[in-house]
Amino acid sequence: MARITNAQSIKQKLEILADAAKYDASCASSGSAKKNSLGGKGIGSTEGMGICHAYAPDGRCISLLKVLLTNHCIFDCHYCVNRKSSNVRRARFTPQEVADLTINFYKRNYIEGLFLSSGIIKSSSHTMDQLVEASRILRVEYDFRGYIHLKTIPEADPELIYQAGLYADRVSINVELPTREGLARLAPDKDENQIEGALAKTKSRIIQAKDEKKRFRHAPRFAPAGQSTQMIVGADNATDSDIVGRASNLYGAFGLRRVYYSAFSPIPDASAVLPLKRPPLMREHRLYQSDWLMRFYGFAPDEVAQATEKDGNLPLDIDPKLAWALKFRESFPIDVNRASKEQLLRVPGLGTTAVGRILAARRHRTLRLDDVAKLTQSIAKVRPFLIALDWRPTTLTDRADLRVLLAPRQEQLELF
Amino acid sequence: MTAMQNVSLGAHYAVHLPAPDDFAFWRERARALIQCDIPPDRISWVEPGSTGDLFAAEGPARREKRLPTPEPDAQPVRASKRFMKLARNAALHSDQQRFGLLYRMLWRLQSNPRAMEDKADPDVRQIEELDKSVRRDSHKMHAFVRFRAVDEDHYVAWFEPDHHIVRANASFFMRRFANMNWSILTPRGCIHWDGETMRESGPARREDAPQGDPVEDLWKSYYASIFNPARLKVGAMLSEMPKKYWKNMPEAELIPDLIAGAQAREAGMVAAGEREERGRPDTLEAVARGIAGCRDCPIAECGTRAVMGEGPPNAPLMIVGEQPGDQEDIGGRPFIGPAGQLLDDYLNSTGIDRAAAYVTNAVKHFKFAQRGKRRIHQSPQAKEIDTCRWWLEAEREIVKPRLVLALGASAARSFLGKTVSISKARGASIALEDGAELWVTAHPSYLLRLDGEAREKQSALFANDLAAVRERLVELGV
Repeated sequence: MARITNAQSIKQKLEILADAAKYDASCASSGSAKKNSLGGKGIGSTEGMGICHAYAPDGRCISLLKVLLTNHCIFDCHYCVNRKSSNVRRARFTPQEVADLTINFYKRNYIEGLFLSSGIIKSSSHTMDQLVEASRILRVEYDFRGYIHLKTIPEADPELIYQAGLYADRVSINVELPTREGLARLAPDKDENQIEGALAKTKSRIIQAKDEKKRFRHAPRFAPAGQSTQMIVGADNATDSDIVGRASNLYGAFGLRRVYYSAFSPIPDASAVLPLKRPPLMREHRLYQSDWLMRFYGFAPDEVAQATEKDGNLPLDIDPKLAWALKFRESFPIDVNRASKEQLLRVPGLGTTAVGRILAARRHRTLRLDDVAKLTQSIAKVRPFLIALDWRPTTLTDRADLRVLLAPRQEQLELF
Repeated sequence: MTAMQNVSLGAHYAVHLPAPDDFAFWRERARALIQCDIPPDRISWVEPGSTGDLFAAEGPARREKRLPTPEPDAQPVRASKRFMKLARNAALHSDQQRFGLLYRMLWRLQSNPRAMEDKADPDVRQIEELDKSVRRDSHKMHAFVRFRAVDEDHYVAWFEPDHHIVRANASFFMRRFANMNWSILTPRGCIHWDGETMRESGPARREDAPQGDPVEDLWKSYYASIFNPARLKVGAMLSEMPKKYWKNMPEAELIPDLIAGAQAREAGMVAAGEREERGRPDTLEAVARGIAGCRDCPIAECGTRAVMGEGPPNAPLMIVGEQPGDQEDIGGRPFIGPAGQLLDDYLNSTGIDRAAAYVTNAVKHFKFAQRGKRRIHQSPQAKEIDTCRWWLEAEREIVKPRLVLALGASAARSFLGKTVSISKARGASIALEDGAELWVTAHPSYLLRLDGEAREKQSALFANDLAAVRERLVELGV
């Protein structure tokens, strides 16, 4: 195998290992400590806001060089294209090759940095050691000050995970599946307790490093952009209620910056245990929306669960906030000139920006419907839930067919 | 002479800016004009090279009217920090009315210092719109500038911004590429950094920039590989990366092909999923028709025929082999070649009635390699077995056997979803999801390939497995 690998060019390896990494959802490069290359020897900066350097035709942003160090793997997780029993082409980068590729891309302004993950080779610790080595070359030898996201391996030696946090802006550990049963069935080599143990350990180290930084100016940073995780949607039977509940527990218990949802894609070499279906992209989108409801709109997880339908899943044709509002019509309409910020945030169609603008504008005038229209994206969508100086929805809020009125129209297909 | 005397009623002033992004100059002049109480409708702000001055036609004298000087004790001009930040950025917009708009707002702020808070006000909204599109343009510059290496360690990029943002963003690139020599060329002026100082130069043309870079080839490979064809969302891409940027981004030339190819790649990836939506056939005849037309894996393209299983449609025992061989393909029935004859011998000697069992294969087409006149059997790949599993599942759902005997690793994989070792899996039953039992043993063709002691040993194991199956069938009462 090694002989074949050596014969591969960097380009061939890149094709294989980027292809293998595309099922990781995260590409965020935001929220890290500010740093730049002035006064250093190398290049790179992170200034808080992430930058998407390109967009692929799948609509996803390309911010980081997202590759695996290798797609050889001794694990056999059914949902993963790189599992042991899959017959995809295999390749392996050396840490030096990854570091050089990162620098070459960064110098041409293609990327914000590196997102490095790996299949498990030899042992978890050996693999983690290789990941850390690639980031060490970047940080120490090249004085690279761009963004680094390292996927850490929960089974690896804790000392190596600690090293990873010293070099990386963000570390992540995937919980993989929303339920324990799903993990046992589809990822037989992984253990939930071990994953959660690693998440907890990383959390305490992040807190400790922040605390030290307050006391000592030169204390080392540890994963300044925090930790995140990912779970796969649509590979097992978990309902949206289960997923939202799990995500909320994860946010609470481990101080995660983000929980990513990845719609299970039909992978080129799928395992027979899995459904071969189109990826549930809309479901993934609705889950992200509910994630936002919890993080920015003051919804509790059980309130999101209230928006689900009988089968425990969020409706696909309307967004979860509208679904919640339609179920709790007694809370509406609310007076746009008097309602609290929390109440306004519950109105479907009003985002955090619009609510901020309404709060600022109503100090200067009593808002009419026209004024609200100027401050929001779509007045038609918010109108049934609001009272303004010259507007009262009267029976609109209580109409039985309100859902039909507000749901996006189904487009009739054209003759081809 | 006071400022007021200097201002004859209705006099109009034209202020000529030295550069379109010279906010500091505008600020100086705007401060003085407000202190002299000149209302917004009596000032026109003129950019270099623009025709924005409506009164220019009325004669040069009017254009050159000296601006009034404020009294030393004039009221200071006040504006919030927030306004200053917004104005500084909005002033970079290419809209020629921007300086007039900003002056009008500054004018209004003197009598109503909180005017900026009213987000429904048309002027406030317009300034915010300008600011937003400049911020977006700057952000896209940070994102879409593409450097190309020319000689040792000098990197040059060509970018076409919509607004006057080049100078304002120089520091971003300086902080990011502090230890690199780089130039950004644009039609609105250029910036150059040599590791120590920033230098500016006049507008450049596209031809001045280098045309290629060897690393672009790698970048394009990366771009094509990271794209997931199963999630095509062209609209989402276009809203963030509009076509106007494409001509200066090397990877963008791949987009049309990626989109066109995605539909085909996705179709391949979810072909099985679409079948799922169609619903499984619910009669053996429908399965037979289905497999004859199936082209979901490359084996079906070999020009061979699909070989359907045979046996009673309610058989308690289902025997599953790997795939049809040369003889089976010609005869159109399963297990009639050499391996089939060996299987028949063993079944007879064990006392299992083949006619009472449903006999089929994990893969329905014969996979072979042509060697001269002979067609040599090729093992199906895991992927091909998994694809064909859909038909096998349909057969099993119709026949509903109590016990399934899988011959060989390929057949076992069809039921277990993973490749198992025969030596480990044989000799015991494995429960399937619908309650049926799976027994795994070697494929009879394996015995045919062995000889001597090894064959004797394996034959005994095979006979043992069949005996155990027979025993179990008796226990089940079938």
